[in-house]
Amino acid sequence: MNSDLEDLYQQVILDHSKRPRNFGEIPVGAVHVHGDNPSCGDEIHLHVKFAADGAVEDIKFTGQGCAISQASASLMTMKIKGKPRVEAEELAHAFQTLITTDATDSPRALGDLRLMNGVRKFPQRVKCAMLAWRAFEQALAQTPESEAEVSTEPK
Amino acid sequence: MNNADPSAVEWDVIREDFPILRQEVRGHPLIYLDSAASSQKPRCVIEALRHYYEYDNANVHRGLHELSSRATDAYEGAREKVARYIGAASAEEIVFTRGTTESINLVANAWGGKFLKAGDVVLLTEMEHHSNIVPWQLLAERTGIKVRYLPVREEGTLELAELDKWLTPEVKIFAFTHISNSLGTINPVQELCRAARKVGAISLVDAAQSAGHLPINVQEIGCDFLAFSGHKMCAPTGIGALYGRRELLTAMPPWHGGGEMISSVTFEGATFKDAPHKFEAGTPNIAGAIGLGAAIDYIEKIGRAEIFAHDEALVAYAIKRMAELPGIRIFGPSGKRGGLVSFMMDSAHPHDVTTFADRYGLALRGGHHCNQPLMRKFRLPGTTRASFYFYNNRAEVDRMIEILKEVQRFFA
Repeated sequence: MNSDLEDLYQQVILDHSKRPRNFGEIPVGAVHVHGDNPSCGDEIHLHVKFAADGAVEDIKFTGQGCAISQASASLMTMKIKGKPRVEAEELAHAFQTLITTDATDSPRALGDLRLMNGVRKFPQRVKCAMLAWRAFEQALAQTPESEAEVSTEPK
Repeated sequence: MNNADPSAVEWDVIREDFPILRQEVRGHPLIYLDSAASSQKPRCVIEALRHYYEYDNANVHRGLHELSSRATDAYEGAREKVARYIGAASAEEIVFTRGTTESINLVANAWGGKFLKAGDVVLLTEMEHHSNIVPWQLLAERTGIKVRYLPVREEGTLELAELDKWLTPEVKIFAFTHISNSLGTINPVQELCRAARKVGAISLVDAAQSAGHLPINVQEIGCDFLAFSGHKMCAPTGIGALYGRRELLTAMPPWHGGGEMISSVTFEGATFKDAPHKFEAGTPNIAGAIGLGAAIDYIEKIGRAEIFAHDEALVAYAIKRMAELPGIRIFGPSGKRGGLVSFMMDSAHPHDVTTFADRYGLALRGGHHCNQPLMRKFRLPGTTRASFYFYNNRAEVDRMIEILKEVQRFFA
């Protein structure tokens, strides 16, 4: 078995891609961001409900795409649900550093998300891993209960 | 075409003409099954480019020196070859372009811009590549024409029973692909052109997937325009051609202005050369055209009927072997098809299949294949596609099957 592939598709990642957590919608009181990766068609609808103090009270997603994009979204929602806003922002930043740089020490706070660093060896797949996070960053910039579009490609 | 005997051709010897195929990718022998995206180049084409740059390189049509006349002869000689290759009445009916996309944009802008007005209809089909959709949408934004689509049936063929319903008198041009790049469907181009003519519409054939794969004769097909790319038929990238019936090309205005395309220029205005030169502003892709000529010589030596028979046999073998795999959906018509097959595996998304295969040296294409509207219609996130050319063989298909079995084990 090819070790790069085993690094990319770890058991945890395959498991999340097949049984995504926090899969669904938040019908009221949430920011909705539609994210897409036009070069390959991955898609996410991210719903984030912020508490009055800005914390991530609830977060859910629906969408379709490759194992990487789906697992990344699932792992992201598990990690940032319930986190204060500042901490969620830090996680987003740390995740991007994790998969787009050669940095060897990644914050422990990322937990299972660190398993996604296998994507570094597959530059064409970095966008798949980043899609959910781009949508989340956009959600952070939105006013309450608004809607937005975000893309992995510059428009 | 039916008399072709592919068994008389030494395909293994021909494969040796492609230096790129003799390499390992990620520690495995390269298996290149992405020729529908771009074909590989035989040594004779690479040599033709080298020879041109080492001995004959100069600008065409205006230098009064030896190298310029050699370059001009080679460039115009390539135009003659293209004309003969597709059965055009004369070389004046061949415009060199960057490829299929530019050819279609030329027709949309120069012909459509002059002859279409608000309310006119451009009829396409639902299986068109983006290159035969977007130029017309851009024209529609400018002029108010309407773009309509002949439906594709679930099995991947055109809804021909509805053709008369869609070919209304408002249809001024009917533009369709010869072979679908995602489904492999071979459309009955002759019949479609005849139907277009009956309602007074112009026809345009997108031959990107067919020009290097089967015999083409524009006069037999009865089309008004035909567009194709060199790089999918052993020639370099950045060169292709547009065939246009002489009266049409003559009636069309230029679309790019510049040198090479003018008769005379004053500060007030300009007069233009005749077709095809009025459509070739600026220094053309001389080396590319020469490479295309060399590719045509090469393909004709093998025989397009033989190539088609080879591709057809190989794709049939691939489909038969793929059917052994559980949880696989194969798209496209069950009958005759071009040398490509698109599929979906229950266990893995097309991108995961493609990434996985790449790690074993197998080049497949995963995604929407520039057919987003069609994929949306079929509710597909995309497909994985294996496309074949005459340098591929059964052993490579067998290896692909082994790798796809690995995919299923891994993602199960």
